[in-house]
Amino acid sequence: MSVSRISALGAIALSGALALSACASENNGAAPGAGSTAAGSTAAGDCFSGDLKAEGSSAQKNAIDEAIKAYQTACADANIDYQPTGSGAGIKQFIAKQVDFAGSDSALKTEPKDGKIEADDAKAACGTEAWNLPMVTGPIAIAYNVKGVDKLVLNAEVAAKIFDGKITTWNDPAIAALNKGVTLPATPIKVFFRSDESGTTENFTKYLKAAAPDAWSYETGKKWTGKGEGKEKSAGVATATKGQDGGITYVELSYAQQNQLAMAQIDTGSGPVELTAESAGKTIATAKQTGSGNNLALKIDYATKEAGAYPIVLVTYEIVCSKYADAETGKKVKSFLKTFASDEVQKGLEAKGYAPLPTEVATKVQAAVDAIS
Amino acid sequence: MSTATDRRLPDDRVPDDQVASGDTSTPPGGRSGRDALSEMSNPHRARAVKDVVARVVMWAAFFLAVVPLVWILGTVIGKGFHMLTTSTWWTGNQRNVNSDDFGGGARHAIEGTLQMVGITALIAVPIGILTAVYLVEYGRGHLARVISFTVDILSGVPSIVAALFIYAIWVTAFGFSRSGFAAALALVLLMIPVIVRSTEEMLKLVPNELREASYALGVPKWATVVKIVLRTAFSGIVTGVLLGIARVMGETAPLLILAPYTKNFQRDLFNGNFPTLPMMINQDRGDFALATAAERMWGAALTLILLVLLLNVIGRVIAHFGAVKK
Amino acid sequence: MSTVTGVSAADQTPGPDGRRPLQADHASTGRVGDRLFGGAATVSGVFVIVLVTLIAIFLIVQAVPALMDNSANFFTSRVWAPGGEQPAFGILEFLWTTVTASAIAMLLSVPVGVAVALFLTQYAPTWMRRPAASLVDLLAAVPSIVYGLWGLIAFAPVFKPVQSFIEDKLGWFPLFAPTGISGGTICFIGVVLAIMVLPIVTALSREVFDQTPTAHKEGALALGATQWEMIRTSVLPFGRPGVISASMLALGRALGETIAVTFLVSALADGNPWSWSLFNGGETFASKIANNASEFSNPNKTGAYIAAGLVLFVLTFVVNSIARVVIERRKAFTE
Repeated sequence: MSVSRISALGAIALSGALALSACASENNGAAPGAGSTAAGSTAAGDCFSGDLKAEGSSAQKNAIDEAIKAYQTACADANIDYQPTGSGAGIKQFIAKQVDFAGSDSALKTEPKDGKIEADDAKAACGTEAWNLPMVTGPIAIAYNVKGVDKLVLNAEVAAKIFDGKITTWNDPAIAALNKGVTLPATPIKVFFRSDESGTTENFTKYLKAAAPDAWSYETGKKWTGKGEGKEKSAGVATATKGQDGGITYVELSYAQQNQLAMAQIDTGSGPVELTAESAGKTIATAKQTGSGNNLALKIDYATKEAGAYPIVLVTYEIVCSKYADAETGKKVKSFLKTFASDEVQKGLEAKGYAPLPTEVATKVQAAVDAIS
Repeated sequence: MSTATDRRLPDDRVPDDQVASGDTSTPPGGRSGRDALSEMSNPHRARAVKDVVARVVMWAAFFLAVVPLVWILGTVIGKGFHMLTTSTWWTGNQRNVNSDDFGGGARHAIEGTLQMVGITALIAVPIGILTAVYLVEYGRGHLARVISFTVDILSGVPSIVAALFIYAIWVTAFGFSRSGFAAALALVLLMIPVIVRSTEEMLKLVPNELREASYALGVPKWATVVKIVLRTAFSGIVTGVLLGIARVMGETAPLLILAPYTKNFQRDLFNGNFPTLPMMINQDRGDFALATAAERMWGAALTLILLVLLLNVIGRVIAHFGAVKK
Repeated sequence: MSTVTGVSAADQTPGPDGRRPLQADHASTGRVGDRLFGGAATVSGVFVIVLVTLIAIFLIVQAVPALMDNSANFFTSRVWAPGGEQPAFGILEFLWTTVTASAIAMLLSVPVGVAVALFLTQYAPTWMRRPAASLVDLLAAVPSIVYGLWGLIAFAPVFKPVQSFIEDKLGWFPLFAPTGISGGTICFIGVVLAIMVLPIVTALSREVFDQTPTAHKEGALALGATQWEMIRTSVLPFGRPGVISASMLALGRALGETIAVTFLVSALADGNPWSWSLFNGGETFASKIANNASEFSNPNKTGAYIAAGLVLFVLTFVVNSIARVVIERRKAFTE
């Protein structure tokens, strides 16, 4: 047996080699193949360099991704990350000062929930008032997969009964009454819901509660209270619905489109309305602003009966400090959100499954962004 | 060994639980049990049948196991390989590549994963090996028992619990931001028990004669452990370390909580979001109905597997050259 | 050397004192070196104790206040509504899903894994052994998220018809009763977990089978044993402790598997009736925590999830301890 002279532990050498191999050449340019869809709308002098961190609602992920791309294309030194982990997570990390701004499907709550008042906690974290800035509006589709049924009309009451497990087959007379001339099969209905806490669930149940209070008796909230089978995140419910004959779910328009799922038309009392950016925009236009000054919380009238208005929509907010303790961060947030709120970026979002902000609201948002410091 | 096991002498009357001696009649010479079957009387036949059944069951089990395993590898390679051949995969990052854009690179995530796992190993390997040395070479009495017990407990900590623990300490109590390093700390918790246990087994296999001979020559204990015991167990220890690395490299749950993903290059483990392959997979998983995102997801999965494979090969080479020459 | 106490025979023989009469310079450098090296080893060991103590304190400090406020029975309730004015949460559903899915995984993976290991060491043609063993080792290193993706995209559509077939034919039997859950059932999770841990069982078992002393095997054959008898009388008894520890390692992985289960499992809606069926849905401990970790908004709510994590932690620990005891017993008998 001969003992080698080298007595250093090889394992440590190995891990050292790993760390070294990680230090390679810098290559921070935009990856080729990434075509620019939205033109950079930022004035060249307005670019920041460094990191900007945001987190929150997954409903606005595709929208903010577009805005980030537009900004980063114009500003090569800016790195902006958005984690689509959920509205609650975004607010939590914002309060914990882990991110610079949060994305949320609902405005900061001003009443206590679980012993805490979000708006106050956010204010404490900022040192100044925290603002809700509505930035993107996304329609929620009732997506279904029934063999041979390409067109389906539902109203709030029937939808509530389906999602509450009261209607269990597709040829139920209540559904048939809304769909004259359509042959409905006797397939059992399989409801898929979001098993994670989600702003989409919250907005969808708010709609059911507002438009069909008799049929939907549950509390509204981020946690699903109806019946069905739970799947993780939007991708989970969309995939499950796609793979199951008789499946139905509620999901953001963009996921329904990605998965090529059929979407139900909603009859609000003045005829069936198809889900389009335009029909969803009509509901958004009727929303009332509840915040004061630059704090722009919107209240949606889910029970709207306006002709041609698709009622199931959600507004997703960016939650920001009105005045950042670190002026540099304030500049970054302001600079990026300016791009996000700009007409060019907002217009590009329609192609991604979002509805445009009404002009009046958009103007106010732009003014509010300007006031961030 | 194989020559020995291929010989079968299927003619003995063997009671159920022990090999009996006695009967010494010559074997009928058939190589396979099936040939022998026809020539044998009833008890012999039963034994031969059992033997054949066992043989068939083993082959069947092998093919049963191979089907899903090959299917998995086939899926990942089939769907992910062409991403690896694109020009940007090994050089670029995902900056400005949205879910419906094609391609982009994985270099940021590859570097990030290696860096994170490297720092994890740098912390966990010395602690793990030294603890194992203590347990085998130094420890006695209560302390050793308690340490052995706590290593068992540590190996039972689920990754998600380890992540929540580090979040509570690193982020909530100390006020640091989430970072690659925070995630590495959680991975350290998962890696230490793997290394302690495997190193411990390897150290126990070192014959005591070696230690005694070393002591007899007047070599101090520490030098005996470092130069004799650890050297002898070297290749086994490397294997254990690789096992530990493979265990933590694909961990996703701690990263979800501790190391937010970034599409940009990021070399700073302590500040800012950190790119890793599991998080890259997880990000594209959210949009895998889109062909562009699905391709990237499988590409990243294949890259992760290749990385684990590569480390194994490197480890074997190190183990080979570091092994004690006979 | 005793594996129970972790004390090596080498410690007892020379000892620091016994070396004193030897060369003075060696002995003195040895003492300083020993103090440093031995000290470092002790510090590492103590560090592990401190770490585990901290984790335990963390878990208990977070879990206990939430458990005090809990208005439901923590072990027997199926309600999960932590946080809020009247927190009520119980782990029965997670416990059932976690244990059942892991049990299915073990029932499938241990026999098959051991059989494959025997095949690779005893039956396979020589040319096949090395490549097949490398394939298994590679698969043992494939990250679990990849198994999850495969399960979701490739395997789920294949499993679904099998499940409906069994539901149709054997639905009268409570374990196979149809529940209306279409995919992501306990059984499906169990099968995916089985495939995930199969390479672990196989790789570790193969290693111990390979170390069976040739003398044992040749002895059995020389006494006229058939190959199967040789395996049963020499290979299996020799490898049993190794197989047990491999299985326990695999079980630990199955119990704690997080990310793959999170996106495969089907959660149940509140108030879903209790069912013994393996074709029911239900989240495991790890998936429930992971799925909600981003929404831990107040201490009470967090505490409830941590309490669930504590149960998972204890469960895994008990499994590990049993394995260790069994192995030590075995060794005591054979030595």
